[in-house]
Amino acid sequence: MKFHLVIKNKTMRNKIKHILLILLSVISINAIAQNFPEKSNPPRIVNDYTNFLSAQENSTLENKMVQFNNQSSTQIAIVIVKSLDGYDPASYAFGLGEKWGIGQKGKNNGILILVKPKYQNSKGEVYIATGYGLEGAVPDAITKRIVNNEILPYFKQGMYYKGLDEATNRIIELTRGEYTADEYQQATGKKGSAIPGGIIFLIIIAISFIGRAKRARHYSVGHNVPFWIALGMLSSNRSHGGSYGNFSSGGGSFGGGGGFGGFGGGSFGGGGAGGSW
Amino acid sequence: MKKSWIIIIVIAVLSLFFYSSIKGTYNKMVAMDEAVVSQWAQVENVYQRRADLIPNLVSTVKGYAAHESETLTGVIEARAKATSTTIDPTNLTAANMQAFQQAQGGLSSALSKLMVVVERYPDLKANQNFLELQSQLEGTENRITVERQKFNTSAQGYNTYIKMFPKNLYADMFDFEEKSYFKAQENANEAPKVEF
Repeated sequence: MKFHLVIKNKTMRNKIKHILLILLSVISINAIAQNFPEKSNPPRIVNDYTNFLSAQENSTLENKMVQFNNQSSTQIAIVIVKSLDGYDPASYAFGLGEKWGIGQKGKNNGILILVKPKYQNSKGEVYIATGYGLEGAVPDAITKRIVNNEILPYFKQGMYYKGLDEATNRIIELTRGEYTADEYQQATGKKGSAIPGGIIFLIIIAISFIGRAKRARHYSVGHNVPFWIALGMLSSNRSHGGSYGNFSSGGGSFGGGGGFGGFGGGSFGGGGAGGSW
Repeated sequence: MKKSWIIIIVIAVLSLFFYSSIKGTYNKMVAMDEAVVSQWAQVENVYQRRADLIPNLVSTVKGYAAHESETLTGVIEARAKATSTTIDPTNLTAANMQAFQQAQGGLSSALSKLMVVVERYPDLKANQNFLELQSQLEGTENRITVERQKFNTSAQGYNTYIKMFPKNLYADMFDFEEKSYFKAQENANEAPKVEF
């Protein structure tokens, strides 16, 4: 049995080479894209894949970031990975931030603090990537200063939590007031209302329908018009029909001060700075 | 009589079918084409950002390293060349793209030469203003990389779409042309030489 194919025709051989090249490049693109870790489920804003932080430090940071997210909709994610898989820290941070969609869609108000701990054979790396929408509030020179003045001095002494805590404090100061959580979401969060917006919407529709039906029956009796046509006439006469729209956007993921609702689809454009220790 | 009616109905159904298939494909092509063009604007933005940083950078370096005038002039000339080479985003052909990349690449290499020269001036490297400019320049280079990648992704999506059968027939019909990609610089993986 022969296992190898002999291809005599030269153009045929070239064609096959070509196809193989294309296949190879497709495979390698996929391989690169798969290197980033998947989003955690249930969503977390602080993701430590290395035990860089203790469980308690981790949850303290998580609570702080989730709280700031609920207040301002700005998402400051912390991701600690074992290896950068051959990327430089900046490209890894932008790729991961874009893939996870840190920040809100449209506002692009996400920040990713990426850390690769120091190991015996490799330097520690830290990079702060800013989403498009925060490049004004947190310019590159400022992220560089945060890395050099807040993060690296502590990291060099092994005080990892302290470094991240200080850095996030600075970022919170800088971004506070830049974006606000939607008024709607804030109001529901404060009241702690357990009734989803969708149900309120249905109730209001039902009430108005009953009221209108009564009027319609009245109208149809008086004017000799069939009931259903009268109902249609009344509803097409409504001038403020649009006002219900405010409620219809409910049903989202506001947990009344509970867990993290997930990343919002923000985008990154290459802002930020980093350093190593 | 009956036969001609059947023919008319068949033709009507067929043309309706073709109309809707062409309409969907055409509109999708227009939308993807617009996406590539707007991503191109984003690419030009970040290159412009780099060009805007340069006058400040040059004057800061001049204060400390006046006799590196050759390198500084090189940067200024390359900047002038880069800002004068713009291309029409609706005409992203391979030749246009190459000219654009060459002009911007010239600026990149002039800047990296400058950054090597700067290493010889410890006073300059300690200057706060220079440090900030340097981190802004790094950030701008990162932005360029990111926007170029996004451009390539969006151009790839468009190219793949218009080249697939049977859309390639429509693309030919309505003159949707392939977009060129950003290619890695030929000597991009050569680190600049440091001479002592």
